[in-house]
Parts: sequence; structure tokens; C-alpha cells
Amino acid sequence: MKRKVFLKTVLPLAAIPVALTSCKFKKGGFLDAVFGSNVHDNRILVLVQLQGGNDGLSTIIPLDQYTNLSAARKNILIPENKVLPLNGTSVTGFHPAMADLQNMYNRKELTFIQGVSYPNPNLSHFRATDIWLTGSDTNTVLNSGWLGRYLDKKYPGYPGGYPNAQTPEPPAIQIGNMLSGALQGKAMGLGISVINTMSFYDMVLGKQAVAQSTRAGRELDFMRMAANQTQQYTSVIKAAALAQKNLSERYPSNGKNAIADQLKIVAQLIGGGLKTKIYMVTLDGFDTHGNQANPSNTIKGRHAELLGQLSTAIAAFEDDLKLMGKHDNVLGMTFSEFGRRIHSNASNGTDHGTSGPVILFGSKLKGGFVGSNPQIEAKVKPEDNLSMQHDFRSVYASVLKGWFGLTDEELKNTLLSTCPVLDLFTSKS
Amino acid sequence: MKNISRSHFLLDMTTSPSLKAKAYDEMAAKKTESGRVQSPVTGTAPYTGQWGQTQLLHLLRRTLFGVSPADYLSFKNKTMEQCLDILLSPSPLPSPPVNAYNNKDYTDPDIPLGKTWVTAAYGDNNGMADGNRKANLKTWWLGLMLSQPSSLNEKMILFWSNHLAVQMALVKDARYDYHYLTLLRTHALGNVKTMVREVGTSPAMLVYLTGNSNTNTAPNENYARELQELFTIGKGTDSHYTQEDVAAAARVLTGWVDVDEHRIGTDFNPAAHDTTDKQFSAFYNNTVIKGKKGAAGATETDELITMLFNHRETAKHFCRKLYRWFVYYQIDSHTETNVINPLADILIQNNYEIKPVLRALFASEHFYDPLNTGCLIKNPIELLVGTCRQFQVAFPGAEDVVKQYEAWNLGWTLKLMGMDPGEPTSVSGWQAYYQNPGYQELWINSTTLPLRNSSTDQLLSQGGLPVNNKTNLHIDVLAFTAELPDASSPDKLIADSLALLSPNAFDPAEIAFLKKILLSGQLSDHYWTDAWKAYLSEPKNEMTESTVLTRLRQYYTYVLQRPEYQLI
Repeated sequence: MKRKVFLKTVLPLAAIPVALTSCKFKKGGFLDAVFGSNVHDNRILVLVQLQGGNDGLSTIIPLDQYTNLSAARKNILIPENKVLPLNGTSVTGFHPAMADLQNMYNRKELTFIQGVSYPNPNLSHFRATDIWLTGSDTNTVLNSGWLGRYLDKKYPGYPGGYPNAQTPEPPAIQIGNMLSGALQGKAMGLGISVINTMSFYDMVLGKQAVAQSTRAGRELDFMRMAANQTQQYTSVIKAAALAQKNLSERYPSNGKNAIADQLKIVAQLIGGGLKTKIYMVTLDGFDTHGNQANPSNTIKGRHAELLGQLSTAIAAFEDDLKLMGKHDNVLGMTFSEFGRRIHSNASNGTDHGTSGPVILFGSKLKGGFVGSNPQIEAKVKPEDNLSMQHDFRSVYASVLKGWFGLTDEELKNTLLSTCPVLDLFTSKS
Repeated sequence: MKNISRSHFLLDMTTSPSLKAKAYDEMAAKKTESGRVQSPVTGTAPYTGQWGQTQLLHLLRRTLFGVSPADYLSFKNKTMEQCLDILLSPSPLPSPPVNAYNNKDYTDPDIPLGKTWVTAAYGDNNGMADGNRKANLKTWWLGLMLSQPSSLNEKMILFWSNHLAVQMALVKDARYDYHYLTLLRTHALGNVKTMVREVGTSPAMLVYLTGNSNTNTAPNENYARELQELFTIGKGTDSHYTQEDVAAAARVLTGWVDVDEHRIGTDFNPAAHDTTDKQFSAFYNNTVIKGKKGAAGATETDELITMLFNHRETAKHFCRKLYRWFVYYQIDSHTETNVINPLADILIQNNYEIKPVLRALFASEHFYDPLNTGCLIKNPIELLVGTCRQFQVAFPGAEDVVKQYEAWNLGWTLKLMGMDPGEPTSVSGWQAYYQNPGYQELWINSTTLPLRNSSTDQLLSQGGLPVNNKTNLHIDVLAFTAELPDASSPDKLIADSLALLSPNAFDPAEIAFLKKILLSGQLSDHYWTDAWKAYLSEPKNEMTESTVLTRLRQYYTYVLQRPEYQLI
């Protein structure tokens, strides 16, 4: 009965043949044609990387699997009555820390895709991260990132001749981390990183380091000041940041929520008119082998804190963009290198697993979700993993095509594979 | 406009000369603010403190172009004296540059590929051969720096090219430039007086400072002035030579000419020599150099050099140049008294032999004073050649000279960074070594700093640093890391690599971030340890290799982007 309701709910999206799709990978054959400009030129993608492997089963909870789930992970299980319900489905709900994201889902400003992974998934953080960032097969090594290949075509010859009058903006901006492997082009990384969110404000405000009294200190001060002022993109970034204040009051104060601090900068730059196509932000700490949930009160614990931060941050970011009038230009997407094991461990945590949900947010999404709840067996062994429903490159393809307007040929050349495209966006977009 | 601060200087200097001037003034004012920068009070007394990693690396950073793990290991268990013995050993003269420039568009009429041109005919009359040879000479010189042994020699040759400056492009003949460079190389660790005497009448200098047109009928003071102002006496507070002294020295120097295109060398032409007596001022003890006729006229030049080197100001001026090259640009009264003067004494006592004074400097308390470490901004060659040497960037061998010279040709990038070897800004050398108040900070501006950073970024990138659109240079981060004592521990990898790459300690927050890069944001060290061990056990496996390679590239890119990496 419940299953029928579910099918009806997702019919518009489920009509696409997505079950157990994987991509046909083809290394090489990358054409050198440059992507032409198109109507999608003002569109921006914000990637939110959840580092460590997010536990999808406690993020988006399959209520129709609750009995089996509770047998497999009693010590970390979110009580059924605490799961946040979603409009239009009674079988799937959100972790109680994600009230803000629940509201966004109910407003059709958030979509999630179930069971995203790839065939023969790798359980190493490093390797799995590299697979997700490069868009490779499990057994293939790619030296460029999926977005780097997209940007290579968008910004031909980079970094030579950039920035220039037509293209004053960096192709991509990474906040809070080194430039991601996803942004690695064939030769160079395409973009810049703003590693420290506080030093970003110092740069914008032209603050200087406190003068030191030693010779080395003096020269370091000089070099730091010079570095702040002469970063090639400093002036355009500074101009954007000075042109737009954050408008949302929903951001926690600086230093309280790392991902909100990062997204706040992204919103300010987008609001200030920077044309950068891709932003990447990172939230660490999802490697919850221990103390994922507090066993005496499982809605608390490390995972709850992380999801709470994420939820608050995304909602504040979206609110900010709305107030700035930029809401329709921005698509957000979370991803993590893998999901976690179905069976919890004795440390009230979970070990490395396989597939998990990808969350997309933005006003041009259709809403609802893609795929179905993962199936949990009655007797789950510790080594059992969730099966894949969607190849992650299929999600990438859907974003590149649906959001950035790539043709099928361009898509193939960027992803180096042919992937089913999911219909995620409203027809007007 | 009133509030031009030091911070505006960088952005404005490229656009507005007047702002630049104001910024200079502001900076000068800041520098003289009392107590702002602690000045070391140590002097030339022998350093007897701990001889550890910090001291050794400081010595190597200041004397070599970049310190590779192998450099460090080879010196690690030696005493300071043993280290100095090695560093102060001159290198034998290298084989000369060879034609590596013949290509489909141009062929040197006289010199086959792989053969040297330094003693050949001038070449074609349109200057094509000469132009190619000049570029070839500079590239060869860069190649020698890139493959320098563990010796101070190369850094001293560069020092000399800044001190006894010749702008090679302004000399009409590449063979003259080679001759000049060979003089610098021959006497780099030899005798200052001999060097000045030899270079002064070398064909390159005679052309560059127009000494070849200085005659008894038309004296030309050009070289005579620079000889005193820049090459010997200098313009210190105790320098009081007069315009009459310049004119007298010019008359002494009349008659020298570079020879012709068939023989590289110098002649003394007695017919063009002023044979009258030359009277010098009280500053030179009223010395009179007696006018001489015939070939003996040339010996007046030796007398002039002796007079100049008998003046203590020459020794002080030279020691200040050494100080600014090897220690720091600021010379206050303390440094003048405790360092410059004692070093000048050593130079004079040793009849201007350079090794004793260098040894005294590099063995002094002052040199190892913690206040003097990590405060020198790398000049562009120290940055670029140093980075290549530090990471032991692979260059093609002599079996393919075309490829080899292509890869050595960092000249264009260095020129954009403000330091084309062989082309100092003027006869005064590069501004960073004399222009008050900016000095070394002049290497850094809104054009050069992004270029410095992008060059190291590119060296570390998959695509590499393009050299002349022909060759790409690559840093092998795996090989560098494998040479560290224990790269399987992220903490040790960070500590050992940072010790080599930065003289100044990184902030703990930066170190935490570096660890985050190695661990991809995970919290347990074993994630890195496992990945590194997997790579070591299967170095040819593309997957184990790419896992560590990706993270190490990010790691070193971050380190080399830090302001700390710009200092030695």
C-alpha cells in the first residue's frame, strides 16, 4: 500500500528510465571545440562537498524500511516519530536536524536523488573522493576533474590571457580548501581558492597584518600584504564583495558554522555580480565511525550537528540569494565520496559504505525526488552495502545538460562517458 | 592622496609615478620609525652556538640556489668549517656554450649544431648569428645555475654580474659577453682587485661604458665615474672623491680599446693615451699618477686600481654589497660598526682575496643571528632556479642540446619577473640591491608576485611550466617526498618538507590545514600512511600513484603559494 503511494508521488520523475543506470565510460576522445555562449551563461553551480562519507540512511530516512533498519542499526536509529515528514510522501523523511531543508523540499526548492554511486564502488576515502571529483570509473585514473573539463572549454587556454576585459572573473572559486580536483583542467586547476574565510574579509577590507618587529617578520608582513593585494583576481572579487552585503539574517555568527561561513561569501560574490560559474565549499567530519549518534538520544550527536549546520547554512544561503534577487541563477548540489554501512558498529557509528543521496537545491528544480528508498534486508550483515540506483555521472550529466545547457556531444566530451540524463528542472528553465 | 600607505604602494606603482614616489617616502618614514624593526647587535665574532638543522639550512639557503633533500643530506653531518670548505671551493670552468639554436628558419653560417661559437667569426652581418648567440649564452648560463654543484660559485657569479654590471644586450658582440662572463667565473671566488682590473679593460666593459672612446683628445668620463661610484669607492658617507678625481681617472684610462671582430680582446693604443701627470684630490692623499709614454701608459691603469684599492672605502663598499646580497638590505650604524668595518679589515688584511671575507661572514655570530634568518626576499633567479633545483626538476641531457637549451631557457619568465640574467637594470645593477628605501621589496609588485606564484603553481601542475612554448618543466612531488626521512607520517612529512621549503615557521593553523590536505579532510593519520605505503609498495600502479600524487600536488602548491616561500 505504502509503496503504491510512493510510486504515484514520484511518477513525473520516475517516468525516466533511471533504475540501476550506469554510464558507459570512454577514456580519451575529448574534442577541442569551444563551447559556444548560450542562454545559460548567467547560471551558477554551487557544490557542497560533505567530506568523510555521509550516512545517507540517517539523512534521508526510508520509513518503509524502518523495521529492518532498526534491527541493523539500533544504537544510532532516529526514532520514527522524530523523522521530519515530506509533502507528498509518507515513506521518506528527513533527519530531525534538517527542518530548514524540509521546508525547502516542501516548497519544491530541493530535490534529492536516491542511491547515487557507481559500479564496484571503492571504500577508500582518497580513491572514492578522486572518483567523484574526476568522474572516472572505479578502475580508471583520470587526471582532470569533471568540472575542470567543462571549464577548459569555457575558458580556453586558461590561465594564459586571463583575466581579461571580457572575462574578469575566475572560472571557479573554492572556499575553505585547496582548489578541488573537480576543478582540475587538463593542464591546470581552473580557478582560485579562498582558503581562510576570515582572511577573505581582511582582504576585502584591506586590513593589514600587525607589524612584526623582526626583519623576517617585517618581510613576511610585506609579502602577506602583497599577496593579498596582487592576487590576480583580487580586485574583481573585492569589487563584488563590496557591491553586495549579505541580506539574510539567518546566518549564524561567523565562526559558529563553517559551511555557513563559506556559503555566506559565495552569496555575497554572486550578489555582487561576479560571473564565476562554479563555487565549491566543503564541510568536513562526516567520517562518523564513532559517536555518529548519541545512543541515549540518537537525534543528537556528531551527525546531527553536521546535518544541522548544513541545513541552516543552505537555508540561509537560499534566503540570502532570494533577497538579492539571484535565486533563480543558482543551483546547489551536495555530494559525498560514499555513503555508510547499513549496519552500525559498536562505537555508535558506521563504517564506510557505498551509495547515498545527492541533494540539489534551487528555485528552478521541479521538486520531489528521484529514485526510491533503498531496500534493507531483514538480516543485514555488517559488510552489507546499499545497491546503486543512479550513477553519479548521470547526476553530473543532468546538471551539465539541464542547468548549463550542454549538448549531448559536449556532454560526452566533458564526462568522457554517455550517461542517462535525469529530468530535474522545470520546463521553463 | 594624503594617506598613501605602504599597502597602496603595490597597486599604485604600476600606474602612477607620483604615487610611487610618495609611497617611497611613506615607506622610508615607516622604516625609520624607532624600534619598529629590531636590528641585530651581533658582529663578526665566530659563531660558536649550536650547529643544527636551522643553522645549516640557513647557510645553504643563502649560498645555493634552493636546497634539495640531497643537498641537505650531503652536508648534514659536517661541521660548519667543513661545510664552508665545500661551499667556498671554486668550480672548474665549464665547457663553453654550443649552438643549440639552428632551426628550420635559421642556420648559423659558421657554427654547426652542437659546436661552440665563442672563438668563431662574428657571423652574418645582419646580427642574426650574434642575437642567437647572446640568447644562447644566457640560456647556457642558466643551465649552469640549474645544475650547479654544492658551491657558492654560481651565486657569486650572479653577484658579480650585479656588482660589476654589464648589460649584455648593449654590448655589440656575444663573444665579448662570453669573455666578460668567463672573467666573472674565473675570479668569482678569487681576488676583488684582480677582478675589477680585468673586467675594467675587458672588451665588453670597454664597449658598455664607452671606455673604448676615451682618448687624450676627447676624454670620456663614463667608466672612470662608475669605477669609483659603483665598482670601488662607492657613495658611502665617508666617500668624498671629487669631479676632478673622475676627470683625472678618465685621463689615466685613455687609450684602451676593444680589438676587432677577428680577435676577442683588448689593446692599449699609446697614441690615444694622455701622457700628462694626473693629480688626485686629498681624498686620495693627493696622489699623482705620472704620465707615461708608449706601452708603459697602460701601467697607469694598474696604479689607478692600486690607489682605489688602497682606500678603505673600497673595502667597505664591497662588504656592504656582500651584506645586501647575502644577509639583509638594511645597514644601520650597528651593522656598519660591528659587521661592515671588521669585514673590510679582513678584506684589506688579505689583499682583497674574497674567500677569507666570505668565510668570516658565513662563520660569524651575525650571520646566524636568528634576527637575520628568513628575511631575504628571493630574487627571481633564486625563486625560479632555486625551485627547480630544490625539487630537482629533470632537464634533458647534452645528447640533445636543442632540447636541453630549450628547457633551460627560463630567461623570458625571469625577465617578466624583473631579473633577466646578464641584463641588470643599469650599470648600478638591479634596483633591489641599491634602491633606497624599497630595496629587495622592489622585486615584488602587482605584476611579479602573481607571476611568481603562477610559475610555481605551473611547475607543480599536471601540465607543467611552459618554457618558450616548447618544453614543459615538471616538479616530481613524489620523488621529492620520497627523499624525506619519513613521508608515511603526515606530521613528519609536513615538518621535514617545511624545514627545507621555508626558513620561517608556519602558523599552527596553516600546519593543520596542510595536514587536512594530505588527509583529504579526514581525521586519522592512517588514511595518509596507508595511501603512501600502498604507493611505495606499488609505485607503478596508476591508482596508488594518483591517490598520493593528487594530494601532494595540492600540498606543495599551497606551501609554495605561501608568503613564507618567497623568503630565504
